[in-house]
Amino acid sequence: MVYTAKIPVPASNKEISVSTGLFINNEFVSSVDSSEVIQCFNPATEEVIASVVAGSSKDIDVAVAAARQAFKTTWGKNVTGWERSRLINKLADLIERDSQELAELETLNNGKPVAVARDFDIGDSIQCLRYYAGWADKITGQTIEVDNKNKMAFTRHEPIGVCGQIIPWNYPINMWAWKVAPALAVGCTIVMKPSELTPLTALKLSELVVEAGFPPGVINTVPSLGNVGGAALSAHLDVDKIAFTGSTITGRKIMEAAAKSNLKKVSLELGGKSPQLIFESADLQQAAAWTALGICYNTGQDCTAGSRVYVQDSVYDKFIDVLVSTVKETVIGNGFDKNTGGGPLVSKAQFDRVWGYIDAGKAEGAKVVLGGERRNTKGYFVDPTIFTDINSEMKIVKEEIFGPVLSIGRFKTEEEAIALANNTTYGLGAGLHSTDASQCMRVSGLLEAGTVWVNQYNMLSNNVPFGGKKQSGIGRELGSYALEEYTSIKAVHWNIGEKLQWPL
Amino acid sequence: MASIFTHEFNTPIYKGKTSFNTGLYIDGKFVDGSDKTTIDVINPSTGKVITKVAEATVKDVDIAVAAAHKAFETTWGLNMGGAERSKLLSKLARLMEEHQQELAALEALDNGKTFNWAMDVDTTFAIDTIRYYAGWADKIHGQVQETDEKKLSYTRHEPIGVVGQIIPWNFPLLMMSWKLGPALATGNCIVMKPSEFTPLTAIRMCELIHQAGFPPGAVNLLTGYGNTVGAAISSHMKIDKVAFTGSTLVGRKIMEAAAKSNLKNITLELGGKSPNIIFNDADIDQAVNWAAHGIYWNHGQACSAGSRIFVQSGIYDEFLAKFTEKSRSLKVGDPFDLDSYQGPQVSKIQYDRVMEFIQSGKEQGATVHLGGDRNGTEGYYINPTIFTDTTPDMKIVQEEIFGPVGVVIKFEDEEDVIRQANDTVFGLASAVFSQNITRAITTAHRLKAGTAWVNCVNQLHANVPFGGFKQSGIGRELGEYALHNYTAVKSVQVNLGHIM
Repeated sequence: MVYTAKIPVPASNKEISVSTGLFINNEFVSSVDSSEVIQCFNPATEEVIASVVAGSSKDIDVAVAAARQAFKTTWGKNVTGWERSRLINKLADLIERDSQELAELETLNNGKPVAVARDFDIGDSIQCLRYYAGWADKITGQTIEVDNKNKMAFTRHEPIGVCGQIIPWNYPINMWAWKVAPALAVGCTIVMKPSELTPLTALKLSELVVEAGFPPGVINTVPSLGNVGGAALSAHLDVDKIAFTGSTITGRKIMEAAAKSNLKKVSLELGGKSPQLIFESADLQQAAAWTALGICYNTGQDCTAGSRVYVQDSVYDKFIDVLVSTVKETVIGNGFDKNTGGGPLVSKAQFDRVWGYIDAGKAEGAKVVLGGERRNTKGYFVDPTIFTDINSEMKIVKEEIFGPVLSIGRFKTEEEAIALANNTTYGLGAGLHSTDASQCMRVSGLLEAGTVWVNQYNMLSNNVPFGGKKQSGIGRELGSYALEEYTSIKAVHWNIGEKLQWPL
Repeated sequence: MASIFTHEFNTPIYKGKTSFNTGLYIDGKFVDGSDKTTIDVINPSTGKVITKVAEATVKDVDIAVAAAHKAFETTWGLNMGGAERSKLLSKLARLMEEHQQELAALEALDNGKTFNWAMDVDTTFAIDTIRYYAGWADKIHGQVQETDEKKLSYTRHEPIGVVGQIIPWNFPLLMMSWKLGPALATGNCIVMKPSEFTPLTAIRMCELIHQAGFPPGAVNLLTGYGNTVGAAISSHMKIDKVAFTGSTLVGRKIMEAAAKSNLKNITLELGGKSPNIIFNDADIDQAVNWAAHGIYWNHGQACSAGSRIFVQSGIYDEFLAKFTEKSRSLKVGDPFDLDSYQGPQVSKIQYDRVMEFIQSGKEQGATVHLGGDRNGTEGYYINPTIFTDTTPDMKIVQEEIFGPVGVVIKFEDEEDVIRQANDTVFGLASAVFSQNITRAITTAHRLKAGTAWVNCVNQLHANVPFGGFKQSGIGRELGEYALHNYTAVKSVQVNLGHIM
């Protein structure tokens, strides 16, 4: 059975068709035991644009079985690094070919501007796939000298096996690429659960997986509710590893389920409340620009959003002025409008959540210096909002908001700044702005975050690792480091000369 | 004006056309040599001239080096990120794939290897090699070393600069890809001298390099003679490194020139007289097939040829009978026939050389067990040849013949054969055949060679390093190891607090 949605692209005669079944063994199929569907919304219009089959836990079983079969027969150790490289490169080429259409679909379901989706999300995703295609034939073990007479010892870097991958809704295509690329490069097979809010591009990409020539079962896509499909994958006895990007609260559940089931390997990319420190020697104009990027990019829906800024006393007033006038220029609007810098929040639930925090900020006594006013229009639009006069106990300072809401505090000394920055259970990103090189070295050394930006913010590269300290995560994505998350080391001790006497 | 070579292939195995500029490729343009002289390119199947190509002189080396330096300072080197270099190399691989049959046909025409071998191995492996190194281009990592909190200490793996690359005639396109891949992946600019015997695929490649979008000056090709262009490259004061594949004799000259000029970094891939040791407990039929591949592949014109075949006495007679049968079955014929296994040797000079070795074998008292003569009357074809009843001091046992001439030596004692196998100034490759894995591996570990094949011979992969011990060479090609040949390590130590 073939289910296809046809979604009109605003202000054009185009329609994008998307297969809406579950993608298992290179085919789009219905659920084995459920008739539930998931409705997909356009957050700019609040309208339903498509419905997709909602996978049940039985469907997860079917997908895992398909992935296991592929791992045992056509993938895993049965495919060479060359072939994996070739296929991943082919997939990248196809995504490049279809980048305009994929961008429009991403915008329809997620809300971000089309040009951003195409040039950044998809551009980076293509590059990510090509980067890992280049690693596929370079997975080397070591030979290790034990003694030169009796033993040959070496390691093999083997693929872990069947990997469950659960991705979020803030960068649907880009997060898909970050997960899929290193796993495939190393030889793992995948059961991917895209976010129930934004499953459409994952399904569209699955069509390209077939066109690229991947054997059936290597990648499977099962849109599903988190507490159904996500929970099933985390607890599945035949899934060897789970990789998750999303909230810290869900990350805990996944790790717990992994522990209780088969002790599957876990990597987690969780939330953040990332600080930026503005020191007095900083170029304030630049610092303001990077701060604006840090909280407004993707409308603040970024795990590394620089949502807390601490400014040194001596430059505080000046910085606030520059920052407010910089952030004011941000245009939040419909993703199909060329002037839009940031789209709506992805859903009603997120919209309500963010407003809950803005209201809490006001209630707890923080001062609004920009924004904080509701629009009375359709669509989940929230304008950038800046709070000052904060203290460390406020909800808006402690908790991850995931919207364009910034809290600004102040400090006197470097020690105070570092203490304020590190005063969080999170540890994903951090930024510091200073032209004193020694200070940059010292402070970057002391900030408790997986990524520290110096005189910059939120710029990533596919070949530089990314991940969280503390409760922001376990493991690293990107760079050569991601390969380790999908590799299992086997040590081989090959006896070439020892004759054993028993008893010893 | 640099001329265009046009050729129509109308053969049993391939029909197609080629047409390309036969000039030197300098700074993104095809040009005549400074002296406007040319080199005749000969078809070894017939001995006749195929075409003339522009000849480079010492002056052209200077021009090319200047163009390479300019590119290194502006459009290549560290001015282009690894991801971009990766893209260009991937594009080149794709173009090679589109033109694979044409390249294979050119290679067969110019070198004499069969079209089938040129397709299945030479061009396929060349494409894989470029693709493999495209993947490395954005993965050139240095390290960060922890010293103390007041210092940031790290290494950068920077491109060396302008590198000279001199490649041989036995696998022209493949050797070009082995050199281009790692050098371009790491950001170097290249001045390359192909062999004057086999320049055609190298020249055609430059059109593809241009089409792929490499900036002018990143790759420069100078077809010329060893004692002019090759020597000029080796002793050039502005070339930072030279990489050479060829004879040990010329390798010495290059190293000497490097020492006498600017102490440029060198890597050398030289000759071999590789032993192939076949124990009593070998799978004899497999050993026969691999041994044949070991010595007859590419008409014996492989640096890693398993040219000394040691066979343990228990299976000697059976092996020799089967090996002779196998060798006799190999069809020597036109490279473009449907079923030829072996074409002509690459040139008159090589033909004469191999025949001289065969003559010396006869004169020194070895037995010609098979072959030992010319095949046909036109072109440089030599029949697969087997010598037996040799002694270790014979020329055919000591020296690299580089032809389809195998020496089969009986042995009894394991210790003795390992000693004999290692008793050579060469150390490029080796092979062991035994079904006893312990014996096979321990022997492999004891052989003094850069590659030890166990139950196989002459198998190469883009990701497995290759190079010589002893007088077979300096440095390793292929794999991650090749990257070291083309990077210079800079340690950067940033003081962030130590007061002097």
